[in-house]
Amino acid sequence: MKQLISVLAASVALAAPAAAQTYAVTNGRVVTNTDAGILENATVIVRDGDIVAVGAGAEIPEDATVIDASGNWVTPGVFAAFSQLGLIEVALEGSTTDDSAGESPFSVALDVADGFNPAGTYLATNRMEGVTRAAIFPSTGHNIFAGQGALVDTSGDAGSLFQAGSFVFADLSESGAGRAGGSRPAAWAFLEAALADARGYPGRFSGDHEGDALNRYDAAALLPVARGRVPLVMAVNRAADIRRAIRFKADNAPIQLILVGAAEGWMVAEELADADIPVIVDPLEDLPSSFDSLGASLQNAARLQDAGVDVAYSTAPTADGYFNARLVPQHAGNAVANGVPWDEAFRAITLTPAEIYGVGDRYGALAPGYAGDVVVWDGDPLEVMSAPVAVLIDGEPTALESRQTQLRDRYINITDDTPFAYRR
Amino acid sequence: MTLKPSLPALAACTAAIALAACSSGSDTASSGSAGSAGSNSGESGDIVRINLDPYPSTYTPRPSGTTLIRGATVLDGIGGQIENGDVLIENGRIAAVGTGLEAPDGATVIDGAGRYVTPGIIDIHSHLGAYPSPGVSAHSDGNEATEPVTAEVWVEHSVWPQDPGFEHALAGGVTTLHVLPGSANLFGGRGITLRNVPGRTVQEMKFPGAPYTLKMACGENPSRVYGNRGRSPATDMGNMAGYRASWIEASNYRDSWHEYWEAAENGEDVDPPTQDLELDTLMGVLEGEILVQQHCYRADQMAQIMDMAEEFGYQVTTFHHAVEAYKIPDLLAEHNVCAAVWADWGGFKMEAYDTVRENLAMTHANGACAMIHSDDANGIQRLNQEIAKALADGRRAGLDISEAEAWAWASSRPAQALGIGDETGSLQEGYRADVVLWSGNPFSTYTRADQVWIDGALSYDRRNSDLQPVRDFMLGQPGEGEQ
Repeated sequence: MKQLISVLAASVALAAPAAAQTYAVTNGRVVTNTDAGILENATVIVRDGDIVAVGAGAEIPEDATVIDASGNWVTPGVFAAFSQLGLIEVALEGSTTDDSAGESPFSVALDVADGFNPAGTYLATNRMEGVTRAAIFPSTGHNIFAGQGALVDTSGDAGSLFQAGSFVFADLSESGAGRAGGSRPAAWAFLEAALADARGYPGRFSGDHEGDALNRYDAAALLPVARGRVPLVMAVNRAADIRRAIRFKADNAPIQLILVGAAEGWMVAEELADADIPVIVDPLEDLPSSFDSLGASLQNAARLQDAGVDVAYSTAPTADGYFNARLVPQHAGNAVANGVPWDEAFRAITLTPAEIYGVGDRYGALAPGYAGDVVVWDGDPLEVMSAPVAVLIDGEPTALESRQTQLRDRYINITDDTPFAYRR
Repeated sequence: MTLKPSLPALAACTAAIALAACSSGSDTASSGSAGSAGSNSGESGDIVRINLDPYPSTYTPRPSGTTLIRGATVLDGIGGQIENGDVLIENGRIAAVGTGLEAPDGATVIDGAGRYVTPGIIDIHSHLGAYPSPGVSAHSDGNEATEPVTAEVWVEHSVWPQDPGFEHALAGGVTTLHVLPGSANLFGGRGITLRNVPGRTVQEMKFPGAPYTLKMACGENPSRVYGNRGRSPATDMGNMAGYRASWIEASNYRDSWHEYWEAAENGEDVDPPTQDLELDTLMGVLEGEILVQQHCYRADQMAQIMDMAEEFGYQVTTFHHAVEAYKIPDLLAEHNVCAAVWADWGGFKMEAYDTVRENLAMTHANGACAMIHSDDANGIQRLNQEIAKALADGRRAGLDISEAEAWAWASSRPAQALGIGDETGSLQEGYRADVVLWSGNPFSTYTRADQVWIDGALSYDRRNSDLQPVRDFMLGQPGEGEQ
């Protein structure tokens, strides 16, 4: 027997975790991110956590709970490609942050999986705005290596972190040069030495011997990168540094490289495409904020994508990645305003990040076999005035409530006689 | 048919500015009891006066053509919306706003069909020029963080007019901006209101007649900066004690000048007080000539500041950041204080923890004066999108606010809070022709500023690189001419 419920009711009534069940998101404008393109008046069927059918003629199972998306957009959840969700609660309060450890003797060995807090309040505020998956990054401490990143969902459940050791993050930009001792040559020398340490692990660490750049724990953590099993995500901005990174990849096969930042990426777009290196950029980074990014341009994303580079979008550096990763649809919309076709811009915040991290067959599209991360929006998701009216993660509707909405609801009626602290 | 301003809270905001005795449109130097001119003023004889305008504006508007924008959707910045509307610009001023306007001889006529016309955006909180791009150490000129009370510094003396950030803000429709010192100090120094025009000197950018402002900061920043150095203020209570001690000193200083002037004008042979740059600024606040722009996040702290203003008899014009303004709209309205806020940023420190996306809309709808601000060289480029988000979030919370009403958050409200509300910030006859023609509805992500006029001069054109200013710094750099 079918239940017909409104979208809003679905998000509230079904907020409590329930046994896996079947949902039919009906009559929406469905952005599939597949060859099927955008389907009008189509239905998405989710069963036991996964998408099982998508199409205008998809049959609605008898036991399905129907979420009517008439007049709404239905999309895969947003995948924040470069975030720090669940790692920082109050940035200036060091006791509440687990993104970096400048005082630690370790670097590559630091694993964000050990710091991720699924109860962090920004999981909910980001989920409410359509972010369902995120790559979470450590911040650099005492050398160019920040540590190991992970992939999470934003459900806030105990199992939110669904993949650890997803990548290693290193800073080879101007700031990395500073951390390496004061110059770009120092940063690259450290990177090359660290790779040699990793390749020599464990042999060269016999007895009391340590590596040239890394201690044994860090070297062990870098070994999967040296062997090409785990990607190295590298921050670079200047065109010359990007060329250096391209050469680094060529010289160190089978290493996998992903660039982030790439403010001057458009200046070397063809070379990046030829080298098959994906890039994570902030489409709003247009200021020469340092001598590292004097070529920053609002056209960066469009030029890179025109050249055939795989591009994902981030909110950083113009917005943070722990509180406002949720703004990435706005950044994508501005990429459209600056020349990126809508479909490509939307992929850059959904499917492309998933592909970059090697999970593009599970996340980022609406097709059978994909996880049931489905967002119903009250309009074009790249429009700043649009917002989700339902967010499903792994096939379950989630609550569109947060600490911020609780505060809003407490104070919106300023003349209520009930004292504020008694309003819940 | 224009909907004339029907914004009750707008009136409250105007009243706040009236209380602050701002002198927009007039020459700041000649207003107020502290008098004008230097020591050689003939009229004043040998009576020593304080020169209130030693670095006068040399801004000269570029020549204004006669321009008629026809058939656009016009948002007038004070709550009015005209469909198929026309805006006529003549001699640097708004000559007419309406429908079916005739094009004067020689007028440039622009087809605005499908596009929007608004007043230029005004950012009440910017650090452009003082923290310019590139952000190198030599250009870190926004915080004189050497003493907690530095009311003697003037941020105009830090503004580097070659900051490329100015031209990016222009591409976002910003025609006027208020540059402030940073928030490390209790009294950070004087702010300055600028036209967003290129200049070799900051004097060429200064908004003529705009009142000076004073940056004050409460909360974590001053107590962290000085507490970490083992000195006062190290706490919130230390902050309050620091302000109050300064206001007592400033009150005495003001009294000593008034006593001197009174005696001197009576022909007595008296010596003037020793001039003190720090106390000159604070006296300007007590005299109602300098507008207080107060960095403050938490509701309880804003309440303390408003009580302190009453204690010493001055007016706070605007709380900046004010992430908890939504908790006290009644108090803000009662004290005629505005709130300048972000749409949706927070979490970066404890006093920003209670950010809600509905802050701007709730504060406005609950009767206080509210507006957007950027505090950011990137954010200033998209303040139209910021008010769009604030509006959308407010509407989802059930608040009935029109786009026309919301545009005031980016134009007339900040103009009023800067004391220039009868010069710019709205499309009214006789106002400065600070106008943006948008490619579509500016509440859309996809809309860009097509053309921007400042005092009637076409100062930016998205499709004409000859009308896109490039600061000296960018010449020969890879990003030269990049938008």
